[in-house]
Amino acid sequence: MTDLSNDAAFVEFQRVQKSYDGEILVVKDLNLSMPKGEFLTMLGPSGSGKTTCLMMLAGFETATHGEIMLDGQPINNIPPHKRGIGMVFQNYALFPHMTVAENLSFPLEVRKIGKSDREAKVKRALDMVQMGDFGNRRPAQLSGGQQQRIALARALVFEPELVLMDEPLGALDKQLREHMQFEITRLAHELGITTVYVTHDQTEALTMSDRVAVFDDGRIQQLAPPDQLYEEPENSFVAQFIGENNTLEGTVKSINGNTCIVTLDDGSEIDAMPVNVSRPGERTTVSIRPERVEFNKDRLHSDAHTLKAQVKEFIYMGDVFRFRMSVAGNDDFIVKTRNAPDAVRLKPGEEIEIGWLTQDCRALDA
Amino acid sequence: MRALMLIAPLLVFVLLSFVIPIASMLFRSVENGIVSETLPLTVEALDGWDADGDQLPDEAIYEAFVRDMVVAIEAKKHTRLGSRLNYEETGMSSMFRKSGRALKKLNPDTDGPFKDQLIDIHDGFGELQTWRVIKTHSVEVTNGYFLNAIDMQRTHEGAVSQPEDKQILVKLFIRTMFMSLIITGSCILLAYPISYLLATLPMRVSNLLMILVLLPFWTSLLVRTSAWKVMLQQQGVINDTLVWLGLVSDSARLIIINNQIGTIIAMTHILLPFMILPMYSVMQTIPVTYTRAAKSMGATNWTTFWRIYFPQSIPGIGAGSILVFILSIGYYITPEIVGGTKGVFISNRIAYHISSSLNWGLAAALGTILLGVVLILYWAYDKIVGIDNVKLG
Repeated sequence: MTDLSNDAAFVEFQRVQKSYDGEILVVKDLNLSMPKGEFLTMLGPSGSGKTTCLMMLAGFETATHGEIMLDGQPINNIPPHKRGIGMVFQNYALFPHMTVAENLSFPLEVRKIGKSDREAKVKRALDMVQMGDFGNRRPAQLSGGQQQRIALARALVFEPELVLMDEPLGALDKQLREHMQFEITRLAHELGITTVYVTHDQTEALTMSDRVAVFDDGRIQQLAPPDQLYEEPENSFVAQFIGENNTLEGTVKSINGNTCIVTLDDGSEIDAMPVNVSRPGERTTVSIRPERVEFNKDRLHSDAHTLKAQVKEFIYMGDVFRFRMSVAGNDDFIVKTRNAPDAVRLKPGEEIEIGWLTQDCRALDA
Repeated sequence: MRALMLIAPLLVFVLLSFVIPIASMLFRSVENGIVSETLPLTVEALDGWDADGDQLPDEAIYEAFVRDMVVAIEAKKHTRLGSRLNYEETGMSSMFRKSGRALKKLNPDTDGPFKDQLIDIHDGFGELQTWRVIKTHSVEVTNGYFLNAIDMQRTHEGAVSQPEDKQILVKLFIRTMFMSLIITGSCILLAYPISYLLATLPMRVSNLLMILVLLPFWTSLLVRTSAWKVMLQQQGVINDTLVWLGLVSDSARLIIINNQIGTIIAMTHILLPFMILPMYSVMQTIPVTYTRAAKSMGATNWTTFWRIYFPQSIPGIGAGSILVFILSIGYYITPEIVGGTKGVFISNRIAYHISSSLNWGLAAALGTILLGVVLILYWAYDKIVGIDNVKLG
């Protein structure tokens, strides 16, 4: 899908496989190509192979099969310290026996950069993360957020073209995390660095990335920009994993171009867009976002199928209303509406009819 | 209160088996009541006698001495006094024993004057040195044992060095320190790589290695030391193997037992687990991400080790070194068995004074000095490395 002209690829995985024990493949047939300057996030549940991919790129794991290319060069046989890749670790990995300035100076020292140059670069990197006054502190004297900034500065101080981040914000509280998300993307774009970011937090992935690769079971399930990933999931795993999602199970009755009719297990019929289904009779899981469900009949097509729903619960969340409904045997069907002046507050027990635009309801794999 | 009750048995045990013996040792190293208790009148009378002069004490002192001795002989305490004074002046023990019978017959009230009679009974009573020794050691709290422990003695002229042929203890102290340092050093060199492997290898392999480390640890100390005796002797396994391999000629078999080399080899082996375990537990806590971070920043394997890994493993080295050094300066059995005469430690000397020469005061003084040295080292270590940096687990 991303045939972004192969010669422009800066980082490339070609049919990469990885197995630790020679039997079970942790990474199965990974293909990925990134242009320079892209911010790509590898998102997936734990054990999906995303961290293994990162470690292979950094050189701490070797690919069992396939080739990893960096700037057109195969790097499988290049040791980690010669790859020139900056890295930010989950627990920051700041050296506890060195001061902050010494930590930042370390990558420059091993590159045999002169003392005055080193000091200038360290200072610039510290200023970049607004930690200019902290050079003489020890990592243990800093808060989590400050350590995070130092780790970031240390990964950037030797001006690598590629930076890898392994769940760098996992240990921070929510507010700090949101702030750092913004700072990291700002820096990455300002400096024009190519970034591979690993996380299991989908909000992080959606807000920060140019593109997101959703991992599951050792494969990339979908590789797309955040909006596309959210609105047009290609399979039911991605639909479930990204954002909130309602699913209904049924069988395809008929397909007609961009629409199909699905018979749900309780016999009712709905309109959907065929994504992963090709012929009538196939089992399917249809997926629909809570905010795309409509219960104001005036806004639906006149011939649109509707479903009977019973309100089970009303949750007031400030900016949105959230209803839990029972729809076609699914008791956890969620509907969200914006808290607008004309918004209807349905009461538990009320029976209504709901519907949606055909393109918002995607018939995916079963 | 309940916590106190819970630890009460331990507290009592520690008090009885640790605090009290140490306190009694400290006390014994300066305690010297025997002279003034056995010869109260003599000590009082000697007060006016000038020990630096060349005049023998006068008749009054001899009379006081006879009065004291008659009482002491009655209580059979004069031989103990003899042994005590014998530590300071050889011959005193036999003098007191031999003169005892004759002195018993004297009646202090009627048989005077005594000066010439006493000199008749034993020449020693006519020598200035005898009276000088009694006078200098009549104090109840003495530094005499400590002076002896550092190869000096208490005399009427103050503290002076022992005659050269009796100076062995300082040499022994220095040897103990020096050999303990070598043992600690060789333990560090041998333990570091194995601890590193234990901490970095996969669990299954490292558990196996750990058992190999602990296996000797679980074997009796005596068995291991005796095994070294078998290994190291001139007709032993090591020499036989070297001769068989042709590395050493049959006539030039290595002498590696009953000397310092023997002690160092055997003790390094025996104390090795005490170095490995603390090192291992520290290294285990060094996350792999540190080395990875260093490598990602461009550091070679060696730089990563030397600049990142090694500094963080120092607390382990420190903890192991303190443990091994302190254990080894007080070690007794192994030097005794494989050390011969050249490879023994100060503790062997202490044991000798406790069980053979029965000079408990000197043994206590030696022990106190050893305790002091350990405490000073501990303090110095705390100043330099910081005791909070020592991790045992």
